[in-house]
Amino acid sequence: MAPCSPLLTSDPSRPPRFLPALFCIINCLLLFACGNGENNVTSGLASQTLHWGNGAEPQELDPHIVTGLPEHHIIVGLLEGLVLKDPATLEPIPGMAESWDISDDGKTYTFHIRANARWSNGDPVTSADFVWSWWRALQPALGNLYAYMYYPIKNAEAYATGKLDDFSEVGVKAIDTKTLEVILANPTPYFLQLLDHYSMFPVHRATIEKFGDPSERGTRWTRAGNFVGNGPFILKQWDLNRLVMIEKSPTYYDADKVRLNAIRFYPTENVSTEERMFRAGQLHVTGSLPADKIAVYKKTNPQALRISPYLGTYFYRINTTVEHLTDKRIRRALAMAINRQQIIDTVTKGEQMPAFTFTPPNTLGYTAENGFAEDLETAKALLAEAGYANGEGFPPTELLYNSSEGHRKLAVAIQQMWKKHLNIDISLNNQDWKVYLDSVTTGNYQIARAGWIGDYVDPNTFLDMWLTDGGNNSTGWHNDEYDRLISEAAPRAKERTQRYAHFRRAEALLLDAMPIIPIYTYNSIHLVHPNVKGLPSNILDYALYKQMYLSEE
Amino acid sequence: MARFILIRLLQAIPVLLVVITVTFFLVRLAPGGPFSAEKAVPAEVLKALEARYHLDQPVINQYFSYLGDLARGDFGPSFKYPGRSVNEMIAAGLPATAELGLYAMCFALLIGASAGVIAALKPNSAQDYIPMSTAMLGICLPSFLLGPLLMLIFGVWLEWVPVSGWGDIPGDKILPALTLASGYTAYIARLSRGGMLEVMSQDYIRTARAKGLPEWKVVLKHGLRGGMIPVIAFIGPAFAGLLSGSFVVETIFQIPGLGRFYVQAAFNRDYTMIMGTTVLFATLIILFNLLADIVAVWLNPRLRDLYRSGGA
Repeated sequence: MAPCSPLLTSDPSRPPRFLPALFCIINCLLLFACGNGENNVTSGLASQTLHWGNGAEPQELDPHIVTGLPEHHIIVGLLEGLVLKDPATLEPIPGMAESWDISDDGKTYTFHIRANARWSNGDPVTSADFVWSWWRALQPALGNLYAYMYYPIKNAEAYATGKLDDFSEVGVKAIDTKTLEVILANPTPYFLQLLDHYSMFPVHRATIEKFGDPSERGTRWTRAGNFVGNGPFILKQWDLNRLVMIEKSPTYYDADKVRLNAIRFYPTENVSTEERMFRAGQLHVTGSLPADKIAVYKKTNPQALRISPYLGTYFYRINTTVEHLTDKRIRRALAMAINRQQIIDTVTKGEQMPAFTFTPPNTLGYTAENGFAEDLETAKALLAEAGYANGEGFPPTELLYNSSEGHRKLAVAIQQMWKKHLNIDISLNNQDWKVYLDSVTTGNYQIARAGWIGDYVDPNTFLDMWLTDGGNNSTGWHNDEYDRLISEAAPRAKERTQRYAHFRRAEALLLDAMPIIPIYTYNSIHLVHPNVKGLPSNILDYALYKQMYLSEE
Repeated sequence: MARFILIRLLQAIPVLLVVITVTFFLVRLAPGGPFSAEKAVPAEVLKALEARYHLDQPVINQYFSYLGDLARGDFGPSFKYPGRSVNEMIAAGLPATAELGLYAMCFALLIGASAGVIAALKPNSAQDYIPMSTAMLGICLPSFLLGPLLMLIFGVWLEWVPVSGWGDIPGDKILPALTLASGYTAYIARLSRGGMLEVMSQDYIRTARAKGLPEWKVVLKHGLRGGMIPVIAFIGPAFAGLLSGSFVVETIFQIPGLGRFYVQAAFNRDYTMIMGTTVLFATLIILFNLLADIVAVWLNPRLRDLYRSGGA
């Protein structure tokens, strides 16, 4: 590139012209830069290469170790579980298993694995692969944070927590090379929904054993060139903090139908840069969009803007062990005095839905009844009943959020609403992410911002966290009837309607006690180039790559 | 001279040791551990993870075993990226950061020195005010503003260069190098203006002019040699600053460099990664400052003679 200063040498035959020389050099560099006239979007069309803004560098590509969304986007291209989801309906469709039978008591699942399912090195995918992979996923030394996804399986929890040593007592068995039997502890109506989560994907035993102990974290088996998968794509390139590229796999059973030749994932941490990359034609799909750009896109490029409801809730946790917050009336008053629509219109600007329940509405057909309404008069009355008429004498209270401009703006808006409507003063405190997590899990807060994204499409993923010993409860709230409904009544329900009725009763208890203040239901917000086909919106933001392709029509 | 270098290198050892010790204990004092996550981590998983990374041992044992590993050149495994060692991540990130720093330095020297010299030739004229006020702007304009601005103009509107990337699309290295260079360019412009002004008023310049040499030859042959000394002395610390300060530019332009890891490691409580990058940057800063001192000695005949006669 630029040579070091030519000023230190001199050519005596010619007078120097600093500025013209400088401009020449810069212009040369720019010309060199413009040699390539086409951008990723145009070149991708011809080569069927999708350019995907992936949000961050993947921590790992081992499905039994990772926990994040960027990892998910890559791993679902490389590996496939027993079932897939139809991206339009989110109902399970055949994956590695071409069919399955469910026993009448809903506890025994028999999966029939495809005869032509193969790993990318040509090995057949067998039921033993699943048994071994699931054994591996439950090894405590691996540190698998998603081990709980296995807990519906008989004895899986006991094995993962070290209460049981013999894996043969866990309810998973290879009947023959292509038949897998799974026995559950309780009928679990959402069990099929779990199977396309990466934590339940099979991994290639010989490859993992070649690079180390199966329960060792971070061996080199996930590197490009080493990775053996059973998905529609194979790992071609993984450059740290730069690019992950996957290419179409010739051994995939459905390879004829896979139309994309490659997907390139970029670790687009900076959302503003990501948006500019999209505008410059460097990306087909972005992971998100800065809130202040939403209005601009609505006006100038609405066809690229993709906003759809997402399976997550933005809410505030209330520490119910803090003296004045033990009073349910105060918690309800706080919840009622927030104007959610105003926050959405002026702060988040992403067309989110105001939330009056914790489980997002229409989660696989489940909608809870609103637990409260925005009602200033009732809110004031409740506060007065609790002994703080017109907010007088209300103890100093702090609202905690993790440092981020978005959370700050929202907190400021709510602080003002509480001041205006209830005449109470709430101070704001922000903490760095890890400090904030520490404060919340140790109960060292009064009111704290939170968000929860469902692991699977079922109300259970939202409601089992409020069990008395729920690891993510952190509010100090507990209710025996709630516990009974979630952990005993709902799992034993024979039908969905009955099961949802138990959930509805439980959620009503939760919202009545209000250890949490629901604020809004998340939206997924992306920019998607019009050339991208086969990417329908759904509440899981789930993409099935084998249905996707690029076309100008 | 050799003795001078040796003494400076020996002095660096206690400095590094203090840096290591303070950083080691500070990161462990910070609330929130490397494995805390939004979803509660089950006790048995946390135990397994802590055992895996020896966090279950007393801190003082961890400290001495870390020093032992460090002596062997092993920075340990990253906590955040289980499959990567810190050595590997540094090896992956440092070349991009160094390359970016080098280009930025070249831009800064090329543009800064030219502007400074031009300004010094006619002090207090438009030829002085225009480059110097531009330089002032360069100092004032932070890279998180300049970067996106350049991106918008040259990447999105004019479509001359890509808005991000590193070595993927031709020309993607230009904007980040210019952005990172801006502050340094401005500073170098001011340094070289000052240096040139001082030199151009010296007697030997008047002699050169009296001999009838053309003005450009006076400037280039006699003026520059002395006028650039402050700039050259600045290169060492500037390069150390470019390497350790490229975080913002790396984030804006998505460059796979070390600066991004450095800051993220702190947010992630990735203890080994924080240690590794801190030790590396501390070493680099010490080395570049030493280099700057050596050059200063070498450039200044009086100092040079002092060290020579002092024996070595």
